[in-house]
Amino acid sequence: MSDFFTTAILVATAASGVRLAVPLLFASLGETFGQRSGVLNLGVDGIMLLGAFGGYYAVLQTGSVWLGLLIGIVVGMLLGLVSALISVTLRAEQGISGIGIYLFGLGMSDLLFQKLVGTPLPITKFPKLNFPVLSDIPVIGELLFQHSVVVYLAFLAVPVSMYIINKTTFGMNIRAVGENPEAADSLGVSVNRIRYATVIIGGTLAGVAGAALAIDLGIFQQNLTNAQGFIAIALVYFGAWRPVGVMLGSLLYGFVNAIVLQLKTLAIIPPDLSDFAAMAPAIITILALVVVARRFKAPAALTKPYSRGE
Amino acid sequence: MTSAVTQRRRQSKYLAFLIPVGAVVAALLIGAIMLVTLGANPLEGFQALLKGAFGSKDALIATALKATPLLFVGVGITIAFRANVINIGGEGQMVAGGLLATLTALTLPDLSAWIMLPAVLIAGLVGGAMWGAVPGALKAYFGVNEILSTIMLNVVAVQLMNYLLRGPLIDPGELERGTRIPQTARLQEGADLPLLFGDGRFHIGPLVAVLAAIAAYILLWRTPLGYRLRAVGLNPDASKYAGIPVKRTIVLALTFSGAMAGLAGAVLVFGSESHRMVTDGSTAGFTGSAGFNGIVAALFGGLHPIWTIPASFLFGGLLVGGNAMQRAVQVPSALILALNGLVVVFVVATDRYRKRMLARDVRVDAPEPLASASNSPPTGGPEPPGEKDAS
Amino acid sequence: MKKNRLTWLIVVLALVLVAAACSDDSGTTTTAGDSDTTTTAGDTPTTTTAGDAETTTTAASAEPFKIAIVAPSAQNDLAFTQSIVDAVNVIKDEMGNVEVQITDNTFIVEDAASAIRAYAVDGVDLVIAHGSQYGGSLQEIAPDFPDTAFAWGTAADTFGLSNVFAYEAASDEGGYVMGAMAAALSESNTIGIVGPVEVGDAKLYVDGFKAGAEAQNPDANVLVNYTGSFSDVALASEAAQAFAANGADVMTGTAQMVVGAVTVASDVNIIWFGTQANQTSLAPDIVVASQVYHWEVVLRDIIAKIEAGTPGGEQFKIDLANGGEVIEYNDAFALPADVKQLGEDTIAGIIDGSIKTGS
Repeated sequence: MSDFFTTAILVATAASGVRLAVPLLFASLGETFGQRSGVLNLGVDGIMLLGAFGGYYAVLQTGSVWLGLLIGIVVGMLLGLVSALISVTLRAEQGISGIGIYLFGLGMSDLLFQKLVGTPLPITKFPKLNFPVLSDIPVIGELLFQHSVVVYLAFLAVPVSMYIINKTTFGMNIRAVGENPEAADSLGVSVNRIRYATVIIGGTLAGVAGAALAIDLGIFQQNLTNAQGFIAIALVYFGAWRPVGVMLGSLLYGFVNAIVLQLKTLAIIPPDLSDFAAMAPAIITILALVVVARRFKAPAALTKPYSRGE
Repeated sequence: MTSAVTQRRRQSKYLAFLIPVGAVVAALLIGAIMLVTLGANPLEGFQALLKGAFGSKDALIATALKATPLLFVGVGITIAFRANVINIGGEGQMVAGGLLATLTALTLPDLSAWIMLPAVLIAGLVGGAMWGAVPGALKAYFGVNEILSTIMLNVVAVQLMNYLLRGPLIDPGELERGTRIPQTARLQEGADLPLLFGDGRFHIGPLVAVLAAIAAYILLWRTPLGYRLRAVGLNPDASKYAGIPVKRTIVLALTFSGAMAGLAGAVLVFGSESHRMVTDGSTAGFTGSAGFNGIVAALFGGLHPIWTIPASFLFGGLLVGGNAMQRAVQVPSALILALNGLVVVFVVATDRYRKRMLARDVRVDAPEPLASASNSPPTGGPEPPGEKDAS
Repeated sequence: MKKNRLTWLIVVLALVLVAAACSDDSGTTTTAGDSDTTTTAGDTPTTTTAGDAETTTTAASAEPFKIAIVAPSAQNDLAFTQSIVDAVNVIKDEMGNVEVQITDNTFIVEDAASAIRAYAVDGVDLVIAHGSQYGGSLQEIAPDFPDTAFAWGTAADTFGLSNVFAYEAASDEGGYVMGAMAAALSESNTIGIVGPVEVGDAKLYVDGFKAGAEAQNPDANVLVNYTGSFSDVALASEAAQAFAANGADVMTGTAQMVVGAVTVASDVNIIWFGTQANQTSLAPDIVVASQVYHWEVVLRDIIAKIEAGTPGGEQFKIDLANGGEVIEYNDAFALPADVKQLGEDTIAGIIDGSIKTGS
C-alpha cells in the first residue's frame, strides 16, 4: 500500500481520474439541459459513439483535431435534432426510444469504421497546454496545468452551464418547462421549442464527449465508449440536475476508476477481485440515487411528453 | 351497441397493428439503402432474411427459440407498463434469473427431470423477481427513478455474473486445463428442457413462454390484483383514495416483470446449445439484448400479453433473419445491430399513433391504452382531453 | 375523423414505400450482382438454399472448398479475430478454389451457436469456431453434422468427437522471447503488461512474457494489469499511463483494447511489443516487434486431413518450432544487434527445448 502513497503516483492517479472524467462531464452536462426541461435522452451513448467516429475520421483524413471536434459537434447536433423529433414531436416513450438510438449508434459507428477505415490507425491527439511558469510547479503543475485543451474546455463548460441555466431567460424557461409545462405554455413559452433546444444542446455535448474521447485516445474501435453514456445519465441524477453536482459526480467516477486501476497496477488489489471493484461505481450510484431522491426533487415533468390538449 | 360501432372498432384495431408493421418496413427500407451502399444486393438480402426467419422448418424453429426470451421479457413489460412502470432492467433480471437457476442446478443432486425442471425454472423466476423487486422498492419507498436504478442494476448483475462464472461457478475442467473460460460445467441432464417433435433443438421453452403470456393476461384482467395494478397505472392518486396500497402494488409490478425476465434467463441456460451458462464478459453475450428487444416486442404487441405472442415471433424472426442475411450477403454484422436500433426507434416513435387508434376503442370498454397514462401530463387522465373533440 | 385520415395516410405511405422498395430492388439487381464479385469471397451471387448444399458435399472437385469463420470481435481488430481471417485468406490464395464466409462480432454465444449450425446446414466444408467460449455449443452441434468438419480454437480439446479439430497457440513462447528482449532493453527495469481478463490465450501470453523478462533480469519489476475488459480502450489507455507513472519504459499488452495503450506508449516514447497481429502500423516509432500468429500452418494440415477423409479428432498447436508463431521485427526500430541476437538465441533455445517458458 505504501507504494501508492507517493507523491508521483498520487498525482498521476489524480491526473488520470481527471482525464477519465472529461467525456462523462461533457455528456452529463448536456444531458442536464435535456432533463431540466423534462426530456430524458437515453441515447447519449449512441450519440457519443457516432460523434467519436465522426471526430476520429475527420482527424484521420485532415490531421486537424479542431476539425475533428467540429465534426463531433455537427454529428451530435444532428442526432440531437433526431432525438428531439422522436421524443418531443412524436412524443415517444423516452426510456425506450433512447435504447434504439443507442443500438443504432453502436452498430452504425462500427459499420462506418469497418467500411471507411478498417484496421485501427492512430491519429493526432489534442495538444497539451503548457503554461509558462505554472506548468513547471512540481505537484500542482502536473495536476492542473499540463492537460490537453479539451480538459479545460470541459471544466469551463460547468460555469457556463450554471450561468445559462440559472441566470438567463432561456434557463428560466428551461426550468419552467421542466417543472410545469402547462404553466409555462400559458405564459407564452413554447414548450416544444425549449425542449428542442435543450435536447440539441445535449446531443451536441454528447457528440463533443465522443469526439473528445476518440481524439484524446488517438484511436477508434467498436464500442469505444464502453457504455459511458449510460453512466453520464446516471451522473445527472447523482448531481441532482445541477452542473456542479454533475461535475463532482464525474470526478468521483473518474477518480474511483483511476484509483482501482492504479491499485491493480501495484498489485494491491488481486485480479480476482476486479469484478467486484468494477461493481463499486454502480452500487455507489444506486446509493447516491437514494440520497439524492430524498433531498432533491427531479424536474416534475421529466420523461413526460407535453401535448397542448391536442 | 350497434354492429357498426363494433365493426369500426375492430377495423381500427387491425389498423393499429399495421402501424408498428409499417414502422418496421420503414426501418428495413433504410436497411435496403445501407445494403446498396455496402455493395450488396438488397433483394437477395431480404430474401435471405425471410427465408432465414420463416422459410423452412429449421428457420421457424430458430425463430421460435429466439422469440422465447423476447416473449418472456415482453410479457413482463406489459405487466409493468399497466402499472405505469418502465422496466429497462430486463437484461440484469435475465442474468440474475439465469444465475440463480444455474446455481440451483449445480447445487441439487442428480434428480429426475420431474423435480429438476420445476426447481430450476422457479429458481430463475425467483432470481429475476428479486432483481426486479429492488428497483421497485427503491421507486416506491425512496422515489428513485426506476429507469436509472434498473440500468445500474444491469451493471451490477453483469459484474456478479463475471465474478461467479470466473470464480465459484466455473467448470472445474477449465481450472484443470488452465484455460479458465468463464463458463459452468455442462449442467445435469435432468434440467435440460425437454425436446419436442423429435427435433434436436426445439424445446418446451416457447410453450412455457406462451403459458406465461396467458397467465399474465389472466392476472391482469381476471384477478383483483390485476385490477389494482391497472388502477395504479391509470391514476395513482385515485387508487390511493380508493384504498389500494399503491406503493406495494408498484413493487409487485416490477417484481412480476423481473420474474418473467428471470424465467427467460433460466430458459436461455437450460435450452441453450451448450446446456450451461457461459459469458464473454458482457450482458449481451448471455442475453442477446433480449432485455431490451423484449420491450420492443411488447410495444409491437400493443402492450397486451396475448398480442405479444405473435409480436415476439415476428420480432424474433427479424433477428434470426437478420443474421441469416449477414451470412448470405456477407455484410458486417454491425449492420444488423444498427438495423435493430432503427426498428426500435421507428416502432417507439410511431407508437403514439397506434395508441390513438386504440384510444377510440377504450372509451367504449377495453382497458387497452392504459400505458399511455405514462405519456400524459401529470394531472391529466389516460388521454388528453382534446381527444373527444376530434371524433 | 382527422386522426383517422392521418393513420390511413401513414398506412398508405408505408405500402407505397414497400412497393417502391420492391421495384427499386429489382432495378439494382444487376449492379449489385456485379459488385458481388469484389465484396464476397466466392463469385457465386446466390449462396443460399439448403437443397443445393446437400449436393455440394457429394459434388466433384470443381466445387469450391467452403470455409466459414465465426468469431467474437471485428475481423479487422488487429488482434484475435484478424489473425484467423488473415490466415484463411492466405489459404484461399494458395488453394484458389476456396469460398470464405465470415460472421464476426458474434459476442452473443447463442448467436454464434446458431451461425455455426447454419453454416453446417448450408454444407460448408470447414466451420471454424474461433472463440474458446463457443466450445460448449460446438460439443452439442458437431454430432448432428457428422459429415461437416469443425475447427475450434483456441482450445486443446476435441471432446473425443471425430469431426472436431482443436487448435491453439503457444503464445507463451513468443511472449517469453519478447519478454527477454524487453528486459534487456529496459533501463528502468520496470515493464508493464496490459491484459484483458486472466483467461486463455491472454493469460498464456502474459505469463510467458513475465517469465521471459524475469529470466533475463531477475531484478526486473514486471507490472501486470488486467483491466477486466476486452473492449474498454479508455481503461487500457489509463493503465498504460499508470505504468508510465510507475517508471515503466517497456510495455506490451494483449486483446483488441490495447490499441489505447499503444498510442499512450507512443506519446511518452515507451517501447512496445505487440502480439496476435503485427502492430507496427499503430506506432511505427516505438513498436519493437510483434508476435504474429500464422494459423494457416494448422489450417493447411486440417484441410489436408479433411480432403483425405478425416474430418477431425486431432489437436494442433502453432508455436515457434512449426512456424505458426513468428516474431516480426519492425525494421524502422533501431534494435541493438545484441538484443536481436538474444531474441534469436531464445527462439532457438525454445525450439530445441533447452529453454522452458515456465508454464
